[in-house]
Amino acid sequence: MADSFSINDEMSGRRKFLVAATSVAGGIAGAAIATPFLLSMMPSERAKAAGAPVEVDISKLEPGMLIMVEWRGKVVWVLNRTPEMLETLVKVEGELADPNSDKKQQPEYAKNRTRSIKPAILIIEGVCTHLGCSPVFRKEIAPADLGPDWLGGFFCPCHGSKFDLAGRVYKSVPAPTNLVVPPHTYLSDSRLLIGSESEGSA
Amino acid sequence: MSKLFNSMIEWVDKRFPLTSNWRAHLSEYYAPKNFNFWYFFGSLALLVLVNQLITGIFLTMNYKPDASLAFSSVEYIMRDVDYGWLIRYMHSTGASMFFVVVYLHMFRGMMYGSYRKPRELLWLIGMVIFFVLMSLAFTGYILPWGQMSYWGAQVIVSMFGAIPTIGETLQHWLLGDFTLSDAALNRFFAYHVVTLPLILLILVFAHILALHEVGSNNPDGIEIKQNKNPTTGIPVDGIPFHPYYSVKDIVGVVVFLMVFCGIIFFAPEMGGYFLEYNNFIPANTLQTPDHIAPVWYFTPYYSMLRAVTVNFLWVDAKLWGVILMAGSVVIFCFLPWLDRSPVKSIRYKGAYFKTALTLFVISFFVLGWLGTKSPTPLYTLLAQIFTVIYFAFFILMPWYSKIDKTKPEPKRVKE
Repeated sequence: MADSFSINDEMSGRRKFLVAATSVAGGIAGAAIATPFLLSMMPSERAKAAGAPVEVDISKLEPGMLIMVEWRGKVVWVLNRTPEMLETLVKVEGELADPNSDKKQQPEYAKNRTRSIKPAILIIEGVCTHLGCSPVFRKEIAPADLGPDWLGGFFCPCHGSKFDLAGRVYKSVPAPTNLVVPPHTYLSDSRLLIGSESEGSA
Repeated sequence: MSKLFNSMIEWVDKRFPLTSNWRAHLSEYYAPKNFNFWYFFGSLALLVLVNQLITGIFLTMNYKPDASLAFSSVEYIMRDVDYGWLIRYMHSTGASMFFVVVYLHMFRGMMYGSYRKPRELLWLIGMVIFFVLMSLAFTGYILPWGQMSYWGAQVIVSMFGAIPTIGETLQHWLLGDFTLSDAALNRFFAYHVVTLPLILLILVFAHILALHEVGSNNPDGIEIKQNKNPTTGIPVDGIPFHPYYSVKDIVGVVVFLMVFCGIIFFAPEMGGYFLEYNNFIPANTLQTPDHIAPVWYFTPYYSMLRAVTVNFLWVDAKLWGVILMAGSVVIFCFLPWLDRSPVKSIRYKGAYFKTALTLFVISFFVLGWLGTKSPTPLYTLLAQIFTVIYFAFFILMPWYSKIDKTKPEPKRVKE
């Protein structure tokens, strides 16, 4: 009885071949039928169609103020930085992991010290590059919990990653890269389009 | 009456192996006679499993796996469904108590060397059960779609994004969307109520089958099967599981249920450790709560995840954190081959093993405590130190267990 289950020496070459061929065919059939099931778990057509660009009116955005905008289910921050805030960007550069934004976390037009088109207005995804929490905007200088060297920036409460006021990541924190600058463009001086670089593709 | 009963059993036995299985697994399964209270936790885990299955079925009758309805359906269960609060608290408390009894069950195995030959496979099946249990706890915690559900899931799913090359696609495949949304909630519900419980039941069955094949270990760590009565073939230090241990386990069940009911009726949230306060706020996709931490049973691994803050060997800190976190759980699987001691039980092991195990337990608790706290430079440093101790327990085991000064094992189990 047990012998019929094992491929033993007495098995003829023909039977060996048939067992192998059947196993291979069965394996291919198994993989083939698994494919539609696995692919059904990818984002659906409806999910792919979602994610249109959003328009934001920034005429009432006072210096120092931050507003949150939802784009593709993610939070995007629009921050109007004061001249004092912009000054801190130079001071902290020695402590940053990627001060020149060499890693491609932003469109070409935001690869500069302020990581923005207009120096004062920062448009950035509020999603920590570590594990996707949303960092907290901490504009106060030297608060008790962040230490005397803190000049304002974003602090992730989940795992303690720190970013400056241009979303650039500090050294020796869990997050590996700067925050992502989404594609964006100005439709007029106070009308901002997030998620697209031209009015036409919106 | 008994004549009728006997003939009924006889009828069944000719068609199904009822009596033979009853004997093989209960009335003639011989377990060592020296079990102590540490041996309650296996059967208690079975009890909690049954509790989770039954309360879970009743919860699905009123729960809605839809991002816009989930939170309010849980509140509906709590406020408007008759005894809904009781069934939900039994389920949520059961989740935490599952980990309490499973951690104690695993610690028992570590103390008495229950993972050693010939029980390596039994231990490995148990480890897979533990992984499935963690997945069940994770998917279940997402279902109320509160702030902690949402952001906890966000963190865990983002970890897959840390895997080089395929990370992003894998993440989209897991979520069924480009962000954490209704699609993910819907499928995590499917995993939580169908896929994972089914796998868990099959694995528990295999775990018991493997146990009954090799026989139970005991606090002395010696094999009772090596000393059988020559005429009966029964181990001289063995007693039938039923009625001896079935009755003993009932005592354990009574004590356990007293504690269990105490929690359900007086502290179902357990000060925010069993049910976190932030999870009573509906999920807000735009704002992470100021303080996020997983439920207590995941905090030791969570501490290790965020302990790595430097890039090292071409791998960035983020991926290292994920590797360490996964490694801290998977490393238990290697225990059968890391332990080189000539004896199994801690009773006969020497000072090195006892010290190492004590340090391991301390680091497990400290990491667990740190995981509930917000990260500060001091806490991060502590987490780094205790992560090293945690891993040292395993990695150095082949050396310290070998040179340890052990005592000779007895021939018979101690009364």
